[in-house]
Amino acid sequence: MNLDEYKKIVDNLTPKENKSKNALVAFFTGGAVGVFAEIIVTILLHCFGVSRSESYLWTCVIVIFLSCLSTSLGFFDNLVTKAKAGLIIPTTGFAHSVTSAALDYKRDGLITGIGANVFKLAGSVIIYGILSAFFFAILGVIFYG
Amino acid sequence: MNFLSAFVFSGIACFFAQVILDNTKLTPGHVTSIFTILGTFFGFLGLYDKFISFAGAGATTIISNFGYVLYKGAYLGFQEQGIIGLFSGLLTKGSCAIASVVIFSFILVMIFKPRD
Repeated sequence: MNLDEYKKIVDNLTPKENKSKNALVAFFTGGAVGVFAEIIVTILLHCFGVSRSESYLWTCVIVIFLSCLSTSLGFFDNLVTKAKAGLIIPTTGFAHSVTSAALDYKRDGLITGIGANVFKLAGSVIIYGILSAFFFAILGVIFYG
Repeated sequence: MNFLSAFVFSGIACFFAQVILDNTKLTPGHVTSIFTILGTFFGFLGLYDKFISFAGAGATTIISNFGYVLYKGAYLGFQEQGIIGLFSGLLTKGSCAIASVVIFSFILVMIFKPRD
């Protein structure tokens, strides 16, 4: 068997991912998360009399709690494989990566397991968020005063 | 109308993320970091305030909002305390996300057992 035949076989056996379908699924699930958050904001605004900026913080906490809960209950991973970026880009993905790292390393103990590994994936978001925020804040101070 | 704009904004962000994931070799870790950096950038340009007034929770729920609040914290920290405010203020607004993630995930992981 030569290389070309081998490549053909590999191509036939690799599962084909339907890119446009994936993107549509991500669009609708991501949008659904946005609508869900907006529903929480509306409930908080009208039923609990919370101010608008505080309601965003509450929504952030509630969404993170739900994401952590469903990850530790074990069904969030299946949802992520189905919804892909639709659940990774909202804050749910951030919470999911922390909780799943904590679950995975629980058996290694509190310090060397959970403590050392929770920010394994979310760490990059925090590190580069802080670096770029610092950089742009300096630029902002220079430009806007 | 608020719900529609929240749906469209959050959906479009996820749509672009999925397109990047499918067509490049970047991992979800890369994409979330890129979106966070974009959040700080749009915060710097003053666009993210407009996103939030347009899409409401649709804009505050995606990870870019984390970058935006970090930028906002550092910028407002400078207004209040000068140069040291850049350091002391940076995490003030982003604290909500980090603290709640750590607290909830730790408590829940202590309660539940990992699946095999």
